[in-house]
Amino acid sequence: MSILCNEDTRLMVQGITGRNGRFHTKQCLEYGTRIVAGVSPGKGGAQVEGVPVFNTVHQAVQAADANASLIFVPAPGGADAIMEAADEGVELVVCITEGIPASDMVKVKRFMEDRASRLIGPNCPGVITPAAKCKIGIMPGFIHRPGSVGVISRSGTLTYETVDQLSRLGIGQSTCIGIGGDPVVGTGFVDLLELFENDPQTQGVALIGEIGGNAEEEAAQFIKENMSKPVVAFVAGKKAPPGKRMGHAGAIISGGKGTAAEKLDAMREAGAIALDDPSAIGEAMKKSLADS
Amino acid sequence: MNIHEYQAKALGKEVELPVPEGGIAATPEEAQAVARRLGGEGFIVKAQVHAGGRGKAGGVKLAKTPDEVAERAAEIIGMTLVSPQTGPKGKLVRKVLVEQTSSIEEELYVGFVLNRSIERYVLTYSQMGGVNTEEVARKHPEKILQEPIDPAFGLEPYQARRAAQNLGLEGDLLKQGASAIMSLWKVFDSTDASLAECNPLAVTTDGKIVAVDAKIVFDDSALYRHPEIKALMDPAEEDPLELEATEAGLSYVSLDGDLGCLVNGAGLAMATMDLVANYGGMPANFLDIGGGTDKERVSEALRIILADNKVKVIFINIFGGIVRCSMVAEGVVQAARELDVKVPLVVCLKGTQQEEGRSILASSGLDIHGAETMSEAARSAVELARGAS
Repeated sequence: MSILCNEDTRLMVQGITGRNGRFHTKQCLEYGTRIVAGVSPGKGGAQVEGVPVFNTVHQAVQAADANASLIFVPAPGGADAIMEAADEGVELVVCITEGIPASDMVKVKRFMEDRASRLIGPNCPGVITPAAKCKIGIMPGFIHRPGSVGVISRSGTLTYETVDQLSRLGIGQSTCIGIGGDPVVGTGFVDLLELFENDPQTQGVALIGEIGGNAEEEAAQFIKENMSKPVVAFVAGKKAPPGKRMGHAGAIISGGKGTAAEKLDAMREAGAIALDDPSAIGEAMKKSLADS
Repeated sequence: MNIHEYQAKALGKEVELPVPEGGIAATPEEAQAVARRLGGEGFIVKAQVHAGGRGKAGGVKLAKTPDEVAERAAEIIGMTLVSPQTGPKGKLVRKVLVEQTSSIEEELYVGFVLNRSIERYVLTYSQMGGVNTEEVARKHPEKILQEPIDPAFGLEPYQARRAAQNLGLEGDLLKQGASAIMSLWKVFDSTDASLAECNPLAVTTDGKIVAVDAKIVFDDSALYRHPEIKALMDPAEEDPLELEATEAGLSYVSLDGDLGCLVNGAGLAMATMDLVANYGGMPANFLDIGGGTDKERVSEALRIILADNKVKVIFINIFGGIVRCSMVAEGVVQAARELDVKVPLVVCLKGTQQEEGRSILASSGLDIHGAETMSEAARSAVELARGAS
């Protein structure tokens, strides 16, 4: 078991003919992901790495029965690409694209309210389930090991660092999800914590937050009320100055709110193992799995 | 992206936001000329810098005559304005806005902002205007009201009227207030702003609504479709190294410490700064070289870090996923030679081709300290920085 993606995932890649789309299609195929279609308007009939390309998501779903999508479409068309996939009822939509305007994402969220699709991202590394050899994203596959720890993070490389720490200690992962560094993202911590809580394979969760917004506080509330499995949390950015955007569009302390200290306190109060050392995540997880 | 108050007011004026009559001046003579053109009994001279708290910092002054306006402008232009929002270094004032004063009876707050919890834009408003809204939000959260906006429809006029009513406005003032709120929404919505506010939106003694102050912040990600807004950027207000970094496709934020950081990924870059602080060091910067990086970017990043002469040690923390550690190592060696780097480099390379990367650094003959883990690297970088001071 795992969450979000598994052996039955049939992936399409939107924006498959671009530089990133091509490169990562190859990487995902090599990892073992079943990619059944690509989408690139006007390039229907072509092939990328042996994957048939269609003009529209509609065609890709009809002809290749795709049930998940990975989006590399550049920022100006990013929101439109998400809505195209959601309108076709694609179950899982993972958007890698960085730099989609916040106002576009506010509209996307409204659009998706009465549609069944689940969005991960944008501005994220994607989702990976090692046991199913299913990688929907840009993360380096080789650092992952199949196992029982779920990883949820707003960051990319910090997630890889976390996964690397876990794998080196012999702790594998059930599913790892980068939820994205933007102020408005498809799926937040709470939904994913709930999925992990209900996933029999997952025995513990590593949660990597950062400054800005109150997603970590909401996650803490959920942990307090609903999580029986151990959660190890780190929040990046305690040295970030207020009012400055730290790389990610969503990583900003505004109006004095969204500091790392507040978020870590909330995690601690909720009973999570809250760390202020990013290099200690693996060891802390090892200990809490042994204790539980 | 931030703009000046006078620019925000000009954008508001285009869509009938009621703003005071005024003009911008870079010299006392120009300020005097603006006052003469405006005429009237009283004037206000306001420093134009991208920071709040200008009044308490001495950047806002009243004057009765055009001659006095020139005197006040002479005091403000060229001053280094230090407020809680500028940081200890302060900001040099280059321009002032000269306006007719308004006779204020009441100060309200209205603004538009993204509410990240409900993932919608909201109209926020309060009868406690003209003061620090962050403080009001902390001490009297019940005094700040919100009106969520459905993105499918935008702010509807009835919502603006409801807000005006809750602000205690009646009669013609209610209509004027609602109309000012709609105008502010038009600016916010049409420019993809992330914040637009009037603090205060004033009720004058002669029964008018006037946006005495205005502030707009734009979403950097949306600037590609608003070249007219991008053109409003004032490079003099930006940190020169941050501007250079943006041009080079790097994410860089200048800080006060002496330990330079070069990292791939925003989260890892923040975590690296945190780790440095855990060992008692002070980061000089946040720097994310980005995902699909190359040798040139690495070199440009090193150059920008070194342009800050506080930097005594550079900590390079790379997790190679798609980025190969060997490529980063080659970039570091090449740049260190070209730039004649005099400070020690502490490097932690992990992930794709880490061994190749480490051996390139080891055989380079440069003053490079390798580390297996990022905590080990942070500890040794902090020790080196201490030794250098």
